[in-house]
Amino acid sequence: MKEIIQLANQKAVTKLKNAQPFWVDVTTAHEGIGLDKHTLLHSGSPITWERMCGPMKGAVIAALKYEDLATTDEEALKLASSGKIKFEPCHHYGCVGPMTGIISYSMPLIVVLNQENGNKAYSTFNEGAGDVLRFGAYGKNTIKRLKWIETVLAPAMKMVAYHSQGINLKVVIAQALNMGDELHMRNGASSTIFIKTILNHLVETCHDHQSLVDIIHFLTTNNDQFFLNFAMAASKSSADAAHNIEHSTMVTAIARNGVDIGIRVSSLGNQWFTAPAAEVEGLYFSGYGPKDANKDIGDSAIMETGGVGGFAMAAGAAIVRFLGAGTYQDALNHTRDMYEICISESESYTIPNLDFRGTPTGIDILKVVETGILPVINTAIASKEAGVGMIGAGISRAPMALFSQALYAYADKYKIMKS
Amino acid sequence: MNLFDLPLKVVNIGLESFYESLQDQDVICAHVVWKPIAGGDLRLAAILDVLNQ
Repeated sequence: MKEIIQLANQKAVTKLKNAQPFWVDVTTAHEGIGLDKHTLLHSGSPITWERMCGPMKGAVIAALKYEDLATTDEEALKLASSGKIKFEPCHHYGCVGPMTGIISYSMPLIVVLNQENGNKAYSTFNEGAGDVLRFGAYGKNTIKRLKWIETVLAPAMKMVAYHSQGINLKVVIAQALNMGDELHMRNGASSTIFIKTILNHLVETCHDHQSLVDIIHFLTTNNDQFFLNFAMAASKSSADAAHNIEHSTMVTAIARNGVDIGIRVSSLGNQWFTAPAAEVEGLYFSGYGPKDANKDIGDSAIMETGGVGGFAMAAGAAIVRFLGAGTYQDALNHTRDMYEICISESESYTIPNLDFRGTPTGIDILKVVETGILPVINTAIASKEAGVGMIGAGISRAPMALFSQALYAYADKYKIMKS
Repeated sequence: MNLFDLPLKVVNIGLESFYESLQDQDVICAHVVWKPIAGGDLRLAAILDVLNQ
């Protein structure tokens, strides 16, 4: 059995590592993934309206108003709880969304094509900082920004994608890792590289001066995480290529909906293994503390699934203090620990401070259960109150219950022994 | 050979408090982080045992 698993995991991790994610297009949720007007996608594993956390409910209100399905907050709440709106995980549609991850019918989506495997993945555009849907804001300004993204930013970015004939996201990620990003909570370098890469195409194709001014202002003001959504779609397209490989024990998704955290495993189909979402340990902005925090939330743990984020902490020295992660030695220790639970190391993504060693890649449920070392996730801390936004940043751990459940399911599927 | 007449060099496996006590007494000591497989869960350990064959 050991040899069968090793071969399967080599196949899976090779798919993950050899992916060639290119940003190739911009679409809408109804055109690109066939979303109907009464279905909303959310981050994490499946969850009902009743069980959703405050920020996710706030984002649902925002989406229903944005789609003109409700004109007031009260109408939106009534509709959301009426049973007429279907809620589905982003992951079930090849999508990933940061924080609440809410995606609706008209929202523009970044399209990433994994040229090695031929599969696509999608994400929304990052809205920047402030009163944004991903943190559950649902006021006028939030809806106005979403409409601007739909009518001004997205069409311009679609032209950029065509004019550039596709942007290689792997190259951006690899460079940014060597410039102090860990690609989950620090995307200052990646966003800068990305903006530099697209700027000529944008100027060549966006002929309306005011739109160009507004887009450049949006990209360069309070928007250091702009590239995160591209990186997430890149990681999703890579992980999906490694999904559904018989006998593989590699994790192909980690996602949180603010109430539960869930994982999927390559050989175990679309089954989610879930446990209560963790509380994030970290640093809070002035005036906030743990009592104000929502539980861990967002699909952005797809970054750790792909071997960066918390797994590349040693590359992101500049983020250590922001996350309240102790000293730089602690960051090194986090990355070193992750090598213990991964199948391989990346050839493309390297860590200068570890003499350019590749990032730990491909979480193996067997190694997690055997060693007791839990995957580390770098993350933003959202207020549990809808619309307040980000109140801190820190680190969480994917709990052991996810991996022990998955191992029991694996033993059951392959008739290892009576569990 | 009288062990207690020689300077002690200790490798501690398991409970970290033993290591800390020795450190407090300036004894040269290295701590090995060790946990039983699957945190001591016998059912999970048995599955891992089969999968490792």
